Formats: sequence, C-alpha cells, structure tokens
Amino acid sequence: MTRKEPFLWVSVSCAIVALTFILLPLVEMLTAPSLAMLGETLKDRAVLRSIWLSIYTAAAAAGISFVIGTPLAYLLARCQFRGKRLVEGIIDLPIVIPHPVVGIAILSVAGRNHWLGQFMSELGIRVMGSVTGIITVLTFVGMPFYVNALKSGIEAISPRLENVSRSLGAPMGSTFLRVTFPLARRSILIGLIMCCARAISEFGAVVVVAYHPMIAPVLIFERFEGYGLKYSQPVAVWLVLVCLTLFLILRVLTLPGKKAA
Amino acid sequence: MIEIQNLSGSLGEFCLRNIDLTVQDGEYMVLLGPTGAGKTVLIEYMVGMYRQREGVILVDGEDITPLYTEERNIAYVPQDYALFPNLSVAGNIAYGLEAKRHPKKEITRITEEILDALGIGHLRHRMPLNLSGGEKQRVALGRALATRPKVVLLDEPLSALDENLRAQMSRELRDLQQSSKATFVHVCHNFEEASAVADRIAIMNNGFLVQVGTLEEVKAQPKNEFVARFLKTQNIFPAVADGTKVLVNGIQLEKKSSTRGDMVMAIRPEKLRIHPDNEAGGLNAFRGTIVEAIPRPHFIEYTVDVGLKLTVFQIAEREYRVGDAVTVQVPAEHIALVEKV
Repeated sequence: MTRKEPFLWVSVSCAIVALTFILLPLVEMLTAPSLAMLGETLKDRAVLRSIWLSIYTAAAAAGISFVIGTPLAYLLARCQFRGKRLVEGIIDLPIVIPHPVVGIAILSVAGRNHWLGQFMSELGIRVMGSVTGIITVLTFVGMPFYVNALKSGIEAISPRLENVSRSLGAPMGSTFLRVTFPLARRSILIGLIMCCARAISEFGAVVVVAYHPMIAPVLIFERFEGYGLKYSQPVAVWLVLVCLTLFLILRVLTLPGKKAA
Repeated sequence: MIEIQNLSGSLGEFCLRNIDLTVQDGEYMVLLGPTGAGKTVLIEYMVGMYRQREGVILVDGEDITPLYTEERNIAYVPQDYALFPNLSVAGNIAYGLEAKRHPKKEITRITEEILDALGIGHLRHRMPLNLSGGEKQRVALGRALATRPKVVLLDEPLSALDENLRAQMSRELRDLQQSSKATFVHVCHNFEEASAVADRIAIMNNGFLVQVGTLEEVKAQPKNEFVARFLKTQNIFPAVADGTKVLVNGIQLEKKSSTRGDMVMAIRPEKLRIHPDNEAGGLNAFRGTIVEAIPRPHFIEYTVDVGLKLTVFQIAEREYRVGDAVTVQVPAEHIALVEKV
C-alpha cells in the first residue's frame, strides 16, 4: 500500500470543507422551492422586471467599463509613469470600500448640493432613484474587475509584437486594434464576465442610490423583509439560474479557440 | 546608408555610450559582442523604441530620430521572431502591406512572391504556433522584407535554431540580403555566425562600440585584449615591445611594425606553422615539444611548449604526436600587439 503524504490529506480535507461551505447553502436554497412555486414566481411581472433590470443594468455597466476601461488597462499594462501605483490603488478602491459607502459617495457627487449634480440636473439626468443611478453604481463597483483582468491579459502579450507591428508601418492605434485587441479577446471577455457578475450581485450601494426601480437583489431583500424566507427563495433561485446560464454561455465563448491552441 | 552619430542613452542601469557607426547601402553589418554589450539596445534605438539622450541616427542623410517607429521604414525581426499568433503565415507576411494600405491585388501578389521566394508557399494557411523554428524564421524574414524596407534589423535571428539549420539559414540570410539589396544589421554573439554572413563586423562591449572592420581586419589587428579574446585568438600573452622587438616570457620575437611599452601580444592559432624539428629556422622559429593534439573536424589543434604554450591549428598534412620535438614558426606580420584591458 502506498503511503499518503499527511499534507495531502490536510489539503483534501480543507478542500472538502471549503466546497461544502459554498455548495451546501446554495443547494439548499435551490432545492427549497417546489416546481409549482417556481412556476408561479415566473408569472410575477415584478420578478421578471427586476431580473431583466438586473441583467440590463449589469450589461450596461460592463459596456461602459469596456469603453472607458480598455484604454486605461492598456495604459497601465504598457506604460511606466510616476504615480502608476497610486492610479492602480485608486482603481482598486471600489473593491475595498463598503458597499453602502459607495452609494453615499455617489449621491454626494450626484446630489443637488454638488456642482456636478446640479449640472446633471440641468441636463435632465437624474441619478437618485433611476436606472441611470443603478448603472452608475454598477459601473463604479464593476469596472475595477474589468480593468484588472484586461491589464493582466495585455501584460501577458509580448510588447515585441507591438514593436514589430509598428516597424512594419502600423501606427500605435492600428497596432492596438490589429494585434493587441484580438490577442486580448479572452481577457476582455473574462473581464466583462467578472464586471457583470460583480454588478449583478450588487445590493448595498444600489439600495442607497435607487431602491426603485427594483433590481433583483433589492426585490429579494424586500420579499424577505416583507414575507420571509419562503417567499424570497424562488426569486433568488430564478436570479441564480438566469445568471448561471448567461455566465456559462459567456464562459464557453471565452474558451481558447482551435486556431490559438 | 545608416549613420549613427554620437548616440548615447540609458535604459535602467544600462548605458549606451557615444556610438558612432556607419553602415553602407546594401551592406551586411553584424553587431557582435557578449551578452549585455548593448547590441540589442542599439538596434532598439534604431527601430525607435526608445528616445536617445544625445546623438542622431541618419538614414540616407535624413535624421530619423524624431520619427515614430512606423515612419522610419526600418523592419525589425526580434529574437523570438514575434509572429502574430492570431494571423496565418500569409496574414503575417501581408501585415505590413495592409498597414501601409497597399491595394489588395498588390498585397496578394507580393505575398505570393515572398512565399515562393522563401519556399514556404505550402505553409500559407498555417498558424505560427504550428511552425518549426526554421519556418518561423522564414516567415519573420518574409514579413520584414514584404514592405521593401531600406534597413532590416535582425536580433539574434539564428539563436533559436539547431546547428545544422543555422549554417543553412546563414546562407539563406546572405542570399536574401543580396537579392533584396536592403541594408542588414544583424546582432549576434557568435563569431562563427558573424563570419558566415558579415561584410563588416562591429564589436561592442559594455555599451561601447570597440572596433569596426572587415573580419580579416579585425582578426589581424584586434583593437585591444577584449577583442582578441572575443575573437578566440588563443595565443594571448603579456608582452613588452621595444621597437620591432617583442619580449614575451623571456622569449624574443621580431615584429614588422615598431611599437613601445607594456602591451598584450595576440597571434591567431591558424597563422602559426609547425615544422619537423630539423626543417625550419630563421626569424621567429622556436623549438619546442607537442604537449597536446586534439583532432577537430577540419584541422588538428596542437599545443606546443616553446617556453610559452602556443596553440596551433594545422591541417593534417602531417600528423605530430604528443612528445614530438618540433619547430613553431611565428610569422612576424601576424603578431598583433594590442592594448591591455
């Protein structure tokens, strides 16, 4: 009989505890509601509206992160400049700030007491209690995940490829679009998934900025507060199932293609 | 013609110092030196990856230092070839033509010409990851030459290849350079590789350009001890020169030209001749004993003790054995006296 390393046993035991810790509550929640209850919940327009709003606002946050965050990630991956660590720290701030504080911080700028809030109000842009507010919050909390994922992806691409491209006559922008961007495709998709995942699960900041219109996590909280665990579970199950399906599709899209393999 | 004038710059702790180098049109120049000499950094300055502290680089009289990389018309082939992994072989070769917005028909025609010229037509649809080292190198060269650049910079292009392929690719590089008529600057740290392709070599060390010349010039008269050692001149001894006389370890040699002072004597092993003990005499003929004989592919490497241990490469017209008494003839014209380093 082969001897087993004690360290291996400890590692396996810890892995089992960790997996159980994650899976047990989720499996319990997913299996608690009956099929009839799940069917009933799906007929509830408020539930459908909230899940759609969650997906839509999270996707919008990912889209905004893509537009603003892609050049930023490139800059951080490729350029050395004074204060770079500080910039990286600022980008990571939304990850470490408590969620309600994010909501309060956004309201501090978007409220009527701030010049930016006044200016936005004059333009007819309302943040408090609006879809715009939800997207703002979700972009704030989701963008760091996109920027960090893409930055790592670009860092893994040899800068020599860009140097060669430029020596062949392609300017910097064209080099980015023709070389760096296609090679960073996977990192972009992974970043977008992470940004979406973070955005779709946000509750604390959204509830401060926009309790209404209700995104799914806020609705689940309201059902839990108003009717208890039993009535909040089916909504939670549907949110989990929809998100899992979407993320699985995106994950399949990010698998390395045959060409690159 | 490339003229590098007084180029200096620093990258982290490494400094490139006062480089002056001229490469003629259509010349094959090899930048030679040990690792860390600054060869790669120099071509990276030429390609425009960094801004120099001082000095200029002129191509055909035009100062290219203010230009961006893409405006210089200098093709660059890095050590790992840096083929675009997301493009096929044909896509890689056509890349520069597309970037310069050539008409589609012309792109197809030139790409096909290059694929045929390099004998890689059958690889046109293959992705770079599925190519061998030699194939990758051909694709990288084809990609560099497709845009008809004035200058091609090659950073250790043969280092990733095995020895047999290296000899073949050296010949191909030389042929390509001659058919394209472009000016090639090739970085390497291997003297044999440089000898196979170079019109002239430029030897670098510690960020300085030490010596420039044809292979024969540099071999015959290395500028200093570093160059002599780097070019594998095995007979290097401290010497005192007094006019045409050179005193090495108590042995006196006669030299053609006149010099004075403490120096280093360097004699290439292939320039020495071994004769049977009773067959030679005269100027710079020293009697000694064979202490080592190592057969090499095209010659025998002898070590002869004449009071100095001299290394002699001699074609095996007559074989000597260890212990044989012989005379070593040191031709006065091949004695190089160089600066100590």
